[in-house]
Order: sequence, then structure tokens, then C-alpha cells
Amino acid sequence: MSSVLPLPAQISSVLSVIPPEKIAGKRNEVVTAEFHLQLRGGYHVNSNTPNDEYLIPLRFTWSGGAAQAGEVIFPKPQQEKYQFSPKPVSVFTGDFKAQAKFKVVSNGVVNGKLRYQACNDRACLPPRVIDIKVPVEVRN
Amino acid sequence: MFICSTRALAAGSLALTLMVSCNSKSEHTRAATVKAESGRKKAPDFTLKDSNGKTVNLADYKGKVVLLNFWATWCGPCKIEIPWFIDFEQKYKDKGFAVVGVSMDEDGWNAVKPYLSESHINYRVLLGNDSVGTLYGGVDSLPTTFVIDQDGRIAATHIGLVSKSDYQTEIVQLLEGKRADPVVERTSAARSN
Repeated sequence: MSSVLPLPAQISSVLSVIPPEKIAGKRNEVVTAEFHLQLRGGYHVNSNTPNDEYLIPLRFTWSGGAAQAGEVIFPKPQQEKYQFSPKPVSVFTGDFKAQAKFKVVSNGVVNGKLRYQACNDRACLPPRVIDIKVPVEVRN
Repeated sequence: MFICSTRALAAGSLALTLMVSCNSKSEHTRAATVKAESGRKKAPDFTLKDSNGKTVNLADYKGKVVLLNFWATWCGPCKIEIPWFIDFEQKYKDKGFAVVGVSMDEDGWNAVKPYLSESHINYRVLLGNDSVGTLYGGVDSLPTTFVIDQDGRIAATHIGLVSKSDYQTEIVQLLEGKRADPVVERTSAARSN
């Protein structure tokens, strides 16, 4: 019993993120950057505040770089009822925006990751991470 | 609750297509059935550990009908099926059947053990990994379930949530099929004598 079954067709990401062109402001100024998130039709992702401890939240994380990350503001989640859920699930669907605050430190880039876990009404995809890179510009 | 059957599909094939096409519920509804014996492929063997640290090989289950379910604690559709599997385990355990759950949780037993106790799972659950997932075609969508016959061959594959009755039909078909074979053989032998 050593056979290997064929690999499935590659499943491309069901969530894409369009970051702002750049984060720009005076040194130490706190600016708001808007991230557009686009989810493939028929899918949902858990919101940043799922109502089940086992569910994986939508989360941005930032590492060092030219801007100091602050609060992330997500839209109000939808409470959707699916065939698999006895109670409504806190999710995002379709296109939506998240805003993140950054304190401008220097010229350069800020690196981030968006972790998400997507499902449709009958199956779930494993948690995935999208790498994000946004240029930072200090204005005088 | 009949959603969509993915009968007679090779493991992992076109998972995304299935997930999308099966959204249109009744259009694809078919009666559940297992693959013809000639079309069944060997279920790849693997070695994993259960929640007690015991090493388990799939080959250990040869001679039994096995429902091999890949799932995760973060997967809502998987959790709908678990009570069904508990029921099957209880009902068919003594008839040559076993459920084997393979958790694909990244956080390992820390995530899985609490769920096992709170959901009173009565069947063996193993901690999976990417290597085993790859053996079974990638297992990129959960739940993914294989119904394996007594000879260790895959008789049915389901990607995504299907109905309890589909599973039940397949399990019973396999259990009854095996019982019928010796009778046929004995009858043929008696006639030839």
C-alpha cells in the first residue's frame, strides 16, 4: 500500500489584498492606510472576532520596518447562517476594506501578513497567509 | 440534508470545481453508491499517532470497512459530520467497520484534544501532517472523506460536506457486499461438485 494519489488542481487564493500605494506622512505622524480585501464569490472568511473559540480569526500582523503599526479597524462583521452552523457565524464576504494606523518612522517599507481561513457552505480551506509590503515615505 | 455526492471520484481531483459546482444543491443530486471493485485504487498506507501516543498504520485496518475522514477543529462543515461518524462507529463497529479521523490542525493535539473530549468522539483520531495529505491528493478542502473497502481500496471519495445517508448507504453496501461473496463462492463450488 504505497501508492500516491494524484494531486488536485492548484487552488489559487480565494482572498486577495490590495494594499495602499504607499504610506506617507511627516516623521512620527500617525496615518491611516486602507487595505481592500476581495473574496471570491461563494466564500466567506471568519471575521476578526469569530464567535467560536475554534475558528481562526482574520488577522494582520506587522513586523518592524519604516512604520510602526497601530490599531486595525475592520468593518462590522456579518452574522451569517450556513447549513453547517447551528448558530450564525461572524464572517466577511465579498469586497471589504480594513484600515490600519501607522506611525511614520523613516523612508522604506513596512512588512505585514494577513492570516485568514476561508470556507464555502460545504467545505473549508486551510488557514493561509498573504504577505504584504507597503512603501513608506517621509514627507517634509 | 442532501447536498452533493462526489461518488467515484479519484482523491483530490478538481477539489475547487467540486466545491463550486456542488453549491447548486439539487442539480447534482445522485444516489450514493460505491465504485465498482475494478475501479478502486489502493488507499495509500500511512503511520500516524493517536491521542494516546499510540502508532497507528492504516494497513492495520485491512479486513474492515474504514471511513477515513480528514477534518480540523476550525472546520465548521466537518463538525456537522462528526456526530454521524460517532453514530456509525457505534452501529457498525461490531460488523467490521471503523471510523478513523485524521486531524489536520496546525496546532496539533493542543487544539484537538479539548475538542475530542467535549464532542465525545468514540472513534480513533490521529494527528495528520502534510505528507499524509499529499498521499491522499493534497487534501486541500475539509472535510475530505474516503470510504475504504475490506481490501484497503478506496470505494468512495467525498470532498466537502455530504449527507449522512450517503455515507450510510456506502458503508452498508460494502459491509453487505463482503458478506455476500463467500455465499456466492460456496454456491458455485457446490454446483461444480
